[in-house]
Amino acid sequence: MEMPDPDAVILSRRAAIITDLGRLVPDENIIVDENQLRAYECDGLSAYRQLPLTVVLPETTAQVAAILEYCRDEGVKIVPRGAGTSLSGGALPLADAVTLGLGKFNRILEIDYDNRCVVVQPGVTNKAISDAVEHKDFYYAPDPSSRIACSIGGNIAENAGGMHCLKYGLTTNNVLGVEMVLTSGEVIRLGGKHMESEGYDLLGLITGSEGLLGVITEVTVRILQKPATARALLLGFPSSEAGGATVGAIIAAGIIPGGMEMMDKLAVNAMEDFVHSGYPRDAESVLIVELDGPDVEVDYLVERVEAIARDNGAVSVRVSKDEQERQMFWAGRMSAFPSVGRISPDYFCMDGTIPRAQLPKVLARMAELSEHYGLRVANVFHAGDGNLHPLILYDANNPGELEKTEEFGADILRLCVEVGGVLTGEHGVGVEKRDLMCTMFSEDDLKQQQRVKCAFDPDALLNPGKVYPVLHRCAELGRVHVHGGQTRFPDIPRF
Amino acid sequence: MAEHFKPENPDQVLEAVQWGLAEDRTFDVFAARTKQAYGRPTPATDSLDLSALSGVDLYEPGELVMSARAATPLADIAATLAEHRQRLAFEPPDWGPLFGSGDAGGTIGGVFVCNMAGPRRLQTGAARDHILGFHAVSGRGEHFKSGGRVVKNVTGFDLSKLMAGSFGTLAVMCDVTFKVLPVPEKARTVLVFADDAKTAVAAMTVALQSPFDVSAAAHLPAEIAAASGVSYVSRAGGGMTAIRVEGPGPSVDFRCQALRQMLAEFGETEELHSFNSATLWREIRDVSYFVGDDTQVWRLSVPPSEGAGVARTLSESTGGRTFFDWGGGMIWLAIDARPDAAHATVRAAIGATGGHATLIRAADDVRAVVPVFQPQPGPLAELAARVKDSFDPKGVLNPGRMTEGV
Repeated sequence: MEMPDPDAVILSRRAAIITDLGRLVPDENIIVDENQLRAYECDGLSAYRQLPLTVVLPETTAQVAAILEYCRDEGVKIVPRGAGTSLSGGALPLADAVTLGLGKFNRILEIDYDNRCVVVQPGVTNKAISDAVEHKDFYYAPDPSSRIACSIGGNIAENAGGMHCLKYGLTTNNVLGVEMVLTSGEVIRLGGKHMESEGYDLLGLITGSEGLLGVITEVTVRILQKPATARALLLGFPSSEAGGATVGAIIAAGIIPGGMEMMDKLAVNAMEDFVHSGYPRDAESVLIVELDGPDVEVDYLVERVEAIARDNGAVSVRVSKDEQERQMFWAGRMSAFPSVGRISPDYFCMDGTIPRAQLPKVLARMAELSEHYGLRVANVFHAGDGNLHPLILYDANNPGELEKTEEFGADILRLCVEVGGVLTGEHGVGVEKRDLMCTMFSEDDLKQQQRVKCAFDPDALLNPGKVYPVLHRCAELGRVHVHGGQTRFPDIPRF
Repeated sequence: MAEHFKPENPDQVLEAVQWGLAEDRTFDVFAARTKQAYGRPTPATDSLDLSALSGVDLYEPGELVMSARAATPLADIAATLAEHRQRLAFEPPDWGPLFGSGDAGGTIGGVFVCNMAGPRRLQTGAARDHILGFHAVSGRGEHFKSGGRVVKNVTGFDLSKLMAGSFGTLAVMCDVTFKVLPVPEKARTVLVFADDAKTAVAAMTVALQSPFDVSAAAHLPAEIAAASGVSYVSRAGGGMTAIRVEGPGPSVDFRCQALRQMLAEFGETEELHSFNSATLWREIRDVSYFVGDDTQVWRLSVPPSEGAGVARTLSESTGGRTFFDWGGGMIWLAIDARPDAAHATVRAAIGATGGHATLIRAADDVRAVVPVFQPQPGPLAELAARVKDSFDPKGVLNPGRMTEGV
């Protein structure tokens, strides 16, 4: 993974830059000591590490604006950082960039039940929002598995998903408004407690923009009333085809489950060894289907899903009898990463999305690749929405194995694109998938995206080296190629 | 002399735009023209009629996804989906009759670029929440695509969101891929006979705070309710609040009963079954109550809890008629026609609550001088202009459609 060459001039001015930043925030909010900077050297993608120029931890929007304005004037790059849980290296520091940590923006500002929304600062964790409204039986729907630690600002940057996206949507469908600071230091507000944005949907654009467009300083999200009840079915199948067919049949029957998760045999056995959820160890594919709503609805749908599963060849069917059993069904799946962590020194988590009907083909090809690379792969799959998380098992202590793992991962993602899917469903491109963007997009596609970035960040100071493999200068991107005099009159039908 | 291009494929769209760039021409981009009166009139020199770009290219009911060319008639899409008991969940309105342009229903591209949404907006979102990907020709004269055909996708910037609600000012959309959802087994509507808007918004708030998964909540004041084609509503002789629930049969029965008990404190309750329920929500969706008169029509989006207060201010200051959708968060306002469409008064009513007002129906000369869309503060307006520039630096596509001079 190559990052842009650090700017030697900026590196040489480090002390002066730190002094200048010290005038904008209290001294204790700037980290310069190498030992302390270590805490920020990577995010959730720990295979890549880099010490930042410095870390600044502003506490107010005005401080963020002052820092961005200063950095713009001085040509200093900025890497925004929430809780640092990104799995794609989105918050990976750069040697010549200030890491702008939003950790001190940790307050819930307002809970508004009448308008079913909560206003928070971006450093508040995903789970803290649900916790704050739980006593009134409300919750915030998107639930990435890092929800205890990940921040809502980071969720917006990555358009975080989770297990319940099919029914309740992604972050982008649950955010109502933000306040954000542009690299110019200007503060803008998009959306609010009302629905619909006015003008261009910039709120939709910045959701999932991976910290390349601006720094979010306040967030309004919608909250939902919890379903009265939820029950889960634990289904075992003799093949991934049968499991996949069941998922398709459930949806074709008009049922949208609250959650629908699939796991392969290797993943199931790793989870069973760790948490004993009672998963059928001999099944080739295990499916958890959760139905939520009023009791009468859940009972009705459980029966229908049970029948569909049997019709499609389920060899084991269990329905949760109570809340404790439902939680038990989920316990294994929820511990997918630590479970796999126990059977391998290291693992690499991929995040492609595929059209669901392609699952058997993708799994078969992945088994071939696994053989080819000599590396095991365990699969967990958000079956409802086609988001696949293959976990490649490797040992970083074996020379060359990380590189081999990266190649294997890249092959998997190319395969996802080949069957009509995408490189990343919810983890983001970051640095991890940056160099694969060309497999999905043409040069013109990527240039148009970068032109949009230029509209926000003309000097390319925000999170450079992420998402886009080639950085073009905005002036170059802005040129329009007009073939004046050469364009013949178009031979197009008239009316 | 104005040229009228009618391209039959994306390459011909590209050719037309490149010609426009080279010759310093501008295009009015359209297909069915049902939303031609939505937004500002454009002074474009030439026209680009997309209506030949029609047809469904991909539909996989088991994956809840469809791709169609931009000018595919909405009616065709709905019919194809209905064969598999599926639909566009965001309930796209047909404002053709409101604009006096017939009820052809428009095209799928029009629905997405105008970011349409009906009463179900509060449960399942707007068009922008359902678009997954698209292919277009930018105002720079280049093909580009964004997104894909899967729901979960964070690969690159989500330009689909930008296309939704851009009124064709950024790029010419050639095809679009979107999410579809099953039609629930059953739909019913609980009516609460609540006269004043404040009580109505309180009732809707209680319903929306319940676990009963309400899919629409609207309120019609007495004079609007009297115009409904549903006799339960028109004969009630007062204001009427409507709460819709959809889902599996037994669940809908249960939730209706529970809501009626819960809302009894706000007024007498009644229940509308399939046909009447569908009729009422179609009227609300298509703003039928303001069809056929010569009033000017505004649409305001505000925090739901502020709806009643803002509407009272609006009625007092403009003398207009209002009704509510989206649990009180959407106010429809019809006022007697005037040259300035009372825009300053209407926008002042929003005040500090946050929100925005759009002038939906007014004569061309009024929409040419009154800001149709909510004016934005300086830095935001400048940012929006730079975004426009990034797609269409020479202003070739639908000039002035959203903002004068942009």
